[in-house]
Amino acid sequence: MIIGIDMGGTHIDGAAIENGVLIASVKHQVDHGNYFASIWQCLEELLSQVDKDAVERIHLSTTISTNAIIEGRLADVALILQTGPGLQWHFERMGEHIVYLSGSVDHRGILVRDLDMTQLDDAREQLLENPVDALAVISKFSTRNPEFERRIKKYFEGDYNEITMGHTLSGKLNFPRRVRTGYLNAAVSRTFMGFAESMREALRQSSIDAPVFVLKADGGTVDLEGAMSKPVETILSGPAASFMGVQALVDDERSDRVLIDVGGTTTDLFFLVDGVPVFEPLGIEIDGRKTLVRALFSQSIGIGGDSHVRFEEGALKIGPRRYGLPIAFGGDSMTPTDALVFLGKLEGAYRDKCLQAVERMAAEQGFEGVALAEMIVRRMCEEIHQAIKRVLDKLNASPVYTIEELLRDRTIRPQAVEIIGGPAASLSGYLEETLCLPVYCPLHHEIANAIGAALAKPTLEINLIADTEREKMSIPERGIYMPIDRTFNLREAEQFALSQVRDAGKALGLEEDQLDAEIVESSSFNMVKGYGGRVDRNIRVKAQIKPGLLEKLRKSD
Amino acid sequence: MKAKNTLGLILFPAFDWAISRSHPEREERLLYTQDQLLEEGIEDIEGIEFFNPGMATLHDINRVHFCFPDAQSLLTESHLIAAGGVMRAFDAVLSGETDKAFALVRPPGHHAQRVVYGDRGFCIINIEAVGLEYARQRYGDMRVAIVDTDCHHGDGTEDIYWNDPDTLFISFHQDGRTLYPGTGDIDELGGPGAFGYNVNIPLPPNTGDAGFHYILENTVMPILEDYKPDIIINSAGQDNHYTDPLTNMNFSAQGYAALNERLNPDIAVLEGGYSIQGALPYVNTGIILAMSGLDYSGVVEPDYHLGKWRQSERVTDQVRRIAEQVNERWLKREELFKREYGDRLTVTRRRQVYYDTAGIMEIQVQEFKVCSECPGVNTVHSYNDRGASMAGITIPRKACHACREEGYKLFEHAAATKKSYLQDMSSDDYMVSR
Repeated sequence: MIIGIDMGGTHIDGAAIENGVLIASVKHQVDHGNYFASIWQCLEELLSQVDKDAVERIHLSTTISTNAIIEGRLADVALILQTGPGLQWHFERMGEHIVYLSGSVDHRGILVRDLDMTQLDDAREQLLENPVDALAVISKFSTRNPEFERRIKKYFEGDYNEITMGHTLSGKLNFPRRVRTGYLNAAVSRTFMGFAESMREALRQSSIDAPVFVLKADGGTVDLEGAMSKPVETILSGPAASFMGVQALVDDERSDRVLIDVGGTTTDLFFLVDGVPVFEPLGIEIDGRKTLVRALFSQSIGIGGDSHVRFEEGALKIGPRRYGLPIAFGGDSMTPTDALVFLGKLEGAYRDKCLQAVERMAAEQGFEGVALAEMIVRRMCEEIHQAIKRVLDKLNASPVYTIEELLRDRTIRPQAVEIIGGPAASLSGYLEETLCLPVYCPLHHEIANAIGAALAKPTLEINLIADTEREKMSIPERGIYMPIDRTFNLREAEQFALSQVRDAGKALGLEEDQLDAEIVESSSFNMVKGYGGRVDRNIRVKAQIKPGLLEKLRKSD
Repeated sequence: MKAKNTLGLILFPAFDWAISRSHPEREERLLYTQDQLLEEGIEDIEGIEFFNPGMATLHDINRVHFCFPDAQSLLTESHLIAAGGVMRAFDAVLSGETDKAFALVRPPGHHAQRVVYGDRGFCIINIEAVGLEYARQRYGDMRVAIVDTDCHHGDGTEDIYWNDPDTLFISFHQDGRTLYPGTGDIDELGGPGAFGYNVNIPLPPNTGDAGFHYILENTVMPILEDYKPDIIINSAGQDNHYTDPLTNMNFSAQGYAALNERLNPDIAVLEGGYSIQGALPYVNTGIILAMSGLDYSGVVEPDYHLGKWRQSERVTDQVRRIAEQVNERWLKREELFKREYGDRLTVTRRRQVYYDTAGIMEIQVQEFKVCSECPGVNTVHSYNDRGASMAGITIPRKACHACREEGYKLFEHAAATKKSYLQDMSSDDYMVSR
């Protein structure tokens, strides 16, 4: 049995799934004063409905790290940066304790200028004036050669409880994002550690032996150990949990699809190409900070079930602001939800009040109530439609770097839409007309997030680079920097990458048939010194455990 | 971070194309440039946008070139995409999408002349010219200055715009007596319709940052101020760099960036440059930052030492003398035109063109009609050592009625005896006989 729990902004949802069948679910309000208590209460209630000893794993999608960042509850961090030659970014919102050191490596990881050890002594003196808990060390091109970051970490070991090294966070190139990601990782470390320790302690006291996994923004999971060393990876996992839930609820299709998650304030759009989710090319943005945290691509638009509806100079406007609950649910601001209640598509606790309000607004504009309600719903659908078109234009213009890709011209053309969220079922008919596509609202969609959390499987991506001239190979995600032979070739690199992905997957508890290791990108560049010199190879392979589900959800009999 | 000028980047490294396995123009060429740009976080700078190239059509190619036997059999998709990348750069700037654009595409094009039998100096088609002529047909006439900062003389661009007064071509390069393609002499001033608008600035080997900036300040900028172009294009070859394996100059990434800042081009197009690890990542980053109006002072090559690459007094003197000679020719271009061509009705020019990559020798006879109403119709008769023979007639964009009529007659006449091409740029029509 797998337990899945997703904590969102207002609600916390839990689901227990046994052999692909949903056997229990719970829904609660989040206690913002005590996140751990919220989760524990949800877990205990679920466990009271099932056989506690049958629990094989517990999957948590939490807002612990997310909220720490968004609410500004970040620990002071000491930052050591090696910016090297190149563009000089000004790093803001990272606190006061930043030290810049000389020393750099180039794009191939070749040493350009060595680290000056006397600078380290000065740095320690300077940083110790304001003692803090966590240190982050980030060097330009450290994914190509992590030597400096490792040496600096070694030097400061003992001074800090937590030291984050930039190259361990992602194999991708982007120094400013690596700096921000490293900073955030160090800054949320203590908060997340506190949560993880409480969790462990509570499980121990309740004699629950199941391993805990934590959801990531890419729709995969990581074990609690892994999450404790890279807590930044647990940010913004909620939308990914919902996304994975929908994948568990719908029939598998290898087509291009759009997923629409209608919330109160915003609506999130996700995309699948040939049934494979579209990812952010580099990483997700949180609180205005662009990071290297791998994530599903999503576009948020400022229109939701509770968006404020009004007329401005005779023109109908919806959102992006929201003023409390819809009238039909006790609020006093007109919303698309009220329009749906008026049309009889949704139930509402204050239905009469809602009908009167719609009629009144309609009369002011000289319409029938039905006409206004229809107009609001259709406008909302049209705005979603336009947003989908804009995103598709953007995705279809994503840069490509080979002639083969350019000529292939893989334009995304959605064949179907899935919709979840509060007013999902009532909107689907209208959306179908607007989008001219089949729109499905899956069963259990209201707890898709908890189901997704339960059924998500560990994912991981690795970036291998081999340089036969330097006789070196690296996989930053696995901490591998090792010598190779001059004869090392693309085939060997692909095999090695796959075996590394498999090993990592097994270590995360995946069975052989769940591994789904694959090569995503693979190329070998001839390197020639001078004119007609010896030919070496620069080999680049990207491999991953295909993001997906541990199992599909089956209908209970 | 926000760019002062918005910049469109067409970065298309064509990771699946090479002239041959170990040729300098191979898959790896822009690999480290891409790595550098990614690591610097260029794509996160507000105001810098990445665009995919489009694909040039054969019509776009025939607008500029006489391809023998035809464009289809000489070109691969990679050439159409490189040219398409430059066309995208023009679209970005002329449609107002971005203030400036830089096409980092390959293979390059500035050695490709009007007649094309094959590959010369790694170029088959002139990607700047294809882009520019496409833009003129789409967005209307414009006065354009092309400043070629590649270390090799841009003989292809010179040939294409030899007789076009609306296109000022300035090339500074390592002296042709010491480097491929051997042309680019100070006295190659242009055809009778555009005399003086072809400006060659041959520089001595070992010219450094100081020499390039001297030429820029004292020759290039004054000529540009005089000419008043609507747009400036930089043929941004990067082989003047001190690490380039094929040349002997001492220009640096800082030098290239400063040059770009001062020149302030609307569009830059990557040309040559084969120091793919030691120069290109830094020079390209420097140019991108300079074009976007951002601070490039931190962009320094790993092995750069100012003292080592400072140019000698002797080179400084030579550069100063060349600048004087070029300036004199620019200022006296009308006087020189009278002396050179007097009252002639036609001007004939014979040349040999060697296709180093393809190994073909071509002989050309060009005939330019001297016309008081327009730049004048012109014909090129060409044959090569593989037995090919052809004629190409060009009717300029702003041709007068008489020149246009004559162009069609010339075509008909030539077509009777050999394979002939007609470029009617005034109506954007292109024809081939047989």
